[in-house]
Amino acid sequence: MNRLEAKFKKLKSEGKKAFIPFITAGDPNLEVTKSLVLELEKRGADMVELGVPFSDPIADGPVIQKSSQRALKKRISLLKILELVRQLRQKTTIPLVLMGYYNPIFKFGEAEFVKRFSQVGLDGLIVADLPPEEANDLKKEADKNNLDTIFLLTPVSSEERIKLVSASSTGFIYCVSYTGITGDARKGEEDLKELIGKIRMLTSKPIGIGFGISSPQAAKKAASLADAVIVGSAIVKRIEKYRGNKNLLREVGTFAERLARAINVN
Amino acid sequence: MNYLPDKKGHFGQFGGKFVPETVMPALQELEEAYLQAKEDKNGFQAELQLYLSDYAGRPTPLYFAERLTHNLKGAKVYLKREDLAHTGAHKINNTLGQVLLAKKMGKTRIIAETGAGQHGVATATAAAVLGLPCQVYMGDEDIRRQKLNVSRMKLLGAEVIPVSSGSCTLKEAINEAMRDWVTNIRSTYYVLGSVVGPHPYPMMVRDFQSVIGKETRQQILAKEKKLPGYLLACVGGGSNSLGLFYPFLEDEVELIGIEAGGLGLSTYRHGATLARGSIGVLHGSKSYLLQDRNGQILFTHSVAPGLDYPGVGPEHSYLKESGRAKYYTVTDSQALEAFRWLSEIEGIIPALESAHAIAYLKKLAPGLKRDDIVIVNLSGRGDKDLEEVGNESPRGKV
Ligand SMILES: Cc1ncc(COP(=O)(O)O)c(C=O)c1O
Repeated sequence: MNRLEAKFKKLKSEGKKAFIPFITAGDPNLEVTKSLVLELEKRGADMVELGVPFSDPIADGPVIQKSSQRALKKRISLLKILELVRQLRQKTTIPLVLMGYYNPIFKFGEAEFVKRFSQVGLDGLIVADLPPEEANDLKKEADKNNLDTIFLLTPVSSEERIKLVSASSTGFIYCVSYTGITGDARKGEEDLKELIGKIRMLTSKPIGIGFGISSPQAAKKAASLADAVIVGSAIVKRIEKYRGNKNLLREVGTFAERLARAINVN
Repeated sequence: MNYLPDKKGHFGQFGGKFVPETVMPALQELEEAYLQAKEDKNGFQAELQLYLSDYAGRPTPLYFAERLTHNLKGAKVYLKREDLAHTGAHKINNTLGQVLLAKKMGKTRIIAETGAGQHGVATATAAAVLGLPCQVYMGDEDIRRQKLNVSRMKLLGAEVIPVSSGSCTLKEAINEAMRDWVTNIRSTYYVLGSVVGPHPYPMMVRDFQSVIGKETRQQILAKEKKLPGYLLACVGGGSNSLGLFYPFLEDEVELIGIEAGGLGLSTYRHGATLARGSIGVLHGSKSYLLQDRNGQILFTHSVAPGLDYPGVGPEHSYLKESGRAKYYTVTDSQALEAFRWLSEIEGIIPALESAHAIAYLKKLAPGLKRDDIVIVNLSGRGDKDLEEVGNESPRGKV
């Protein structure tokens, strides 16, 4: 059993939901990212998603776009993130998931990527522009190395796609809250009950909800439907605001703690 | 070769659908609608045909360029006059097809990206005549250097949305259009302007643009009773070139695509994707790309905004790998020289994009025999470029 599966099992037995914060690796720099992961864990994160910056993040809104740009200015690459994961693994056993776009992984070499990242203790992978149809090679490698591959579903997914994505996903299934890009405050909430219900009929795998969850109230609502709640832009926005400020860890940590509490309050 | 792409949209190892999950159902819906429309000879195809002829002015002429031929002292040169199509470039062939399809699919809003502004104008035009609202994403730098086309789009009732990220050119305009599409996926039809993007776009845009090659084939056979030896076209995303090449793929005809050499291939300030790129994934498909060793996409440069792009259509990558087509580059200054040269010698002001093909013709034709035939796709007219060429020209000749 790998770390993601073990964590979801444990939370389930305790009647709890997972809180999964997202931060971009290398924003504002790798040292701070490392401290942030540890701080987030202390404040109640059950797993952490590390964003791999990409020059053309078409599924991201302005907040994460800018965050990626800041990280790229620091010349963050997969090799540096590999080292980050290795160092983090010496300090924590919290499940770590990378989220990014396909091209850097393709360029790195899929087999090489999976081999080296699973060696240093990465647990899962989300690739925003890689649907299951194009993921056969990557998935074969990932399965061999016990690295979870998390695919996404959205409010416009058909039953056929729900089947495909559920079957392809390991670790959990990522349910996108609305049709759109990350961190879109303009988006009204969609009714996810029906989608989640359909997914539950087809699989017992855990479901996480993410995109646009920006407050403890919204996190609480998502937690009532799913097994995990992912919060990205709202946290990254605070990193943007407090970067270079000595209170960065505390500010982000306090916000994370409010989210974590909201997710597991009954 | 004509059976490509396969069912999943692959041209050999290239192509595919590398998109956020939200877009997957829309691509399937689009593919189904397109394949149905393609077979609908009496409905969709007849309607499109009527728009192409009576509205867009097709067929465009295949013009024997006598002065050019004499001047080059080599092969016989013909120009396929896409500059004479309505709106002044080949882009209208694709946009009429796609906007008509959007309407059949019941979509209520049209979006597009544009670099040179020609695709934006052609989309705005098709949206106007078919009665749909239209928004066009365009990089700040391109808005600056293609002002005429910005005015035209506005006059045509479209809204031009400036994009100010990255290099502020075509790549970023596509990023923004894709984000819009993901967000408004239920109502919106995204009219992609070249043979790029996820399946079925590269196939569909190629099919719509193939009218160029089909006409050319008939026209040259009528005039010369034989096929040409060479076809020449500029390659940005690759739609005007593929549209010309496609009906000749099975023939013994040399296919030559010309990419933007910008300030020179050694400067890294160019758009020579096939000449200098490596394989990767951008904007939904696997193809050659200009990228760094970490897989980050590089900035490009070309005096021709329509060629200023780090990607290229997947079918071109396939044609390059299989050796069926050859790709070369032409620099900014060679293109600018060809821009003036064609204007003076034939009285035709070409788009800066098309001027790249003309510049290569100057290198190619003199080495060929008198009875060889070269056909150059004159993909667009150059009115849009006059101001920028004036800026680029210290002689101030324009
Ligand atoms: C006149 C003209 N030619 C060529 C191009 C390049 O596009 P493609 O390679 O898709 O034909 C453009 C694009 O804007 C254009 O406006």
